[in-house]
Amino acid sequence: MSEVSSAVAAPPLAGAAIDHPAARVLIGRHRWRWWEALPWIAALAFYFAFPDYLGFGTQLLVGILFALALDLALGYAGIITLGHAAFFGTGAYTVGLLAFHGIWSEPISGLLLAAAAAAVVGLASGLVLLRTKGLTLLMLTICTMALLQEGANMAHDFTGGFDGLPSLDIAPVLGMFEFNPLYANTQYLYTLAVLWLCFLFVRTLVYSPFGQSLTGIRENMLRMHAVGAPVRRRLVICYVISAAIAGIAGGLWAQTNAYVNLSALDLDRSATVLIILILGGYGRLYGAFIGAVAYMALEHFLARIYPTAWQLELGLLLVLVALFARNGILGLGEGLWRRYHIRSGS
Amino acid sequence: MTEIRLETRALSRQFGALLAVQDIDFRLAAGARHALIGPNGAGKTTFINLLAGLLSPSRGRVLLQGLDVTGKTQAERVKLGLARTFQINRLFRGLTVLENVCISVAERVGAAPSMIYPVGRRTDVIDEAMRLLEMLKLTAEAGRRVSELPYGRQRLVEIAIAIGLKPQVLLLDEPAAGVPSAESHIILDAIESLPEQLAVLIIEHDMDLVFRFARRVTVMVSGALFAEGTPREIEANAQVRAIYLGQAGRG
Repeated sequence: MSEVSSAVAAPPLAGAAIDHPAARVLIGRHRWRWWEALPWIAALAFYFAFPDYLGFGTQLLVGILFALALDLALGYAGIITLGHAAFFGTGAYTVGLLAFHGIWSEPISGLLLAAAAAAVVGLASGLVLLRTKGLTLLMLTICTMALLQEGANMAHDFTGGFDGLPSLDIAPVLGMFEFNPLYANTQYLYTLAVLWLCFLFVRTLVYSPFGQSLTGIRENMLRMHAVGAPVRRRLVICYVISAAIAGIAGGLWAQTNAYVNLSALDLDRSATVLIILILGGYGRLYGAFIGAVAYMALEHFLARIYPTAWQLELGLLLVLVALFARNGILGLGEGLWRRYHIRSGS
Repeated sequence: MTEIRLETRALSRQFGALLAVQDIDFRLAAGARHALIGPNGAGKTTFINLLAGLLSPSRGRVLLQGLDVTGKTQAERVKLGLARTFQINRLFRGLTVLENVCISVAERVGAAPSMIYPVGRRTDVIDEAMRLLEMLKLTAEAGRRVSELPYGRQRLVEIAIAIGLKPQVLLLDEPAAGVPSAESHIILDAIESLPEQLAVLIIEHDMDLVFRFARRVTVMVSGALFAEGTPREIEANAQVRAIYLGQAGRG
């Protein structure tokens, strides 16, 4: 009882009804679990254990952040999209253009600008395309991204077109820690810190009543209308937030690599982040982490075994995931865990 | 008791050349237990969809508590006290029974837009949802995923979500559809325990349930109102028997 009341704010406890196991589960669902520390411990351990691979590690963290952004839109709100690179690219080009033209090179505020720019693109496109559903929506998200990519390609004078913007000059983090292209210590810790903050935000959001209503929209949009929810407004808000986080991921990518090119806005990038999320398990917060690590590991090992056809192997693996593990690696783990508990309980 | 909660004036809806609903003048008062019956394709569900705002009428008006809501969206009508259930379950299948009801209650009390605090902080919402489940005898299943429940139990969740909105007017679209007739008394128990003042309009094919629940019955045929009366009057109406009950007897 004390455990419950400590988590409860103003409203007085009603007694029996709220003591039901289902109610207790819901009341305590947002509490931190011990295993939630694991990814962060692993990330810090990586820093000390593999000082020579911090560049790779940084890209992994950026990938996780991007997948986390997609999870909010796709996994929680059920917005089917293959165009999330539009926001990643917007963030990347915001940072890139400002730095390249010598307008703004301070990294932290640069990320905020990247988030804002991506949010604006998310709002403008979201207001139109979130009126649609399913395949139409999917096609429109791709269109948005393709338009931006072609725009970046054609505005050659500003964006460098196909060649992109090389050797960006990014100011030191907090005025103290320089981005060193050879030793990515700063990049890694900086990216980890940003990922941590964004994760805290997303985690708070998905456990909030707003997050619950997004799940409701995903599970049954028609019913959400029928309970009086402003469905489209919620979707647009979610899409804008997701876009902003994807923009931060793009901004980080530009800052830590010190370059931007058209690949930031590519369909390939959208598809990869989708694969990462499906692999890890969408709508699960940590699916982004598991998926990104699994994807990078697969890429590494499959490419070593079949250098020419590793993507074929990846494709076959995805078919297996789609057939037998709809909820990704995390979903598979949850299923095994539940089965084990039922068996040991009976 | 005579307070009119829901009213339609010459409400019509056309699908191409088909007049699915034509010139319906209908009133539903507080405390009403009104059934709408009629053969398949009579336009009953279209009528409900027009009332709820899922469809917009070709002609005519819908008034909710005296307010013209013809041009208003579903969500706006819900805020004005109109709730409905669906003929085919429209549930949040991947979520637990409790969460299903919490979503509805959170929406009503205005908690749903909050992003900062966790769902678990709103114990008032959870408590209300649990009490609702208690009322519908769903407490034992509160923690189970809706998709794991037998269909008859899912029909109760369908009703629970609607009641969570504390409506003034409740539209029940075939609440017992798909429920084995041996279990339809559970649905009847549930809807008989609804608040006295609530205005209820029910569409149902299970005549046993209709005649036990409703105090007034309206018969709809080919998109128009055909007859209205107490269950006894309707049962005794030879034309209605010919058109509807006879057909039901054959089927």
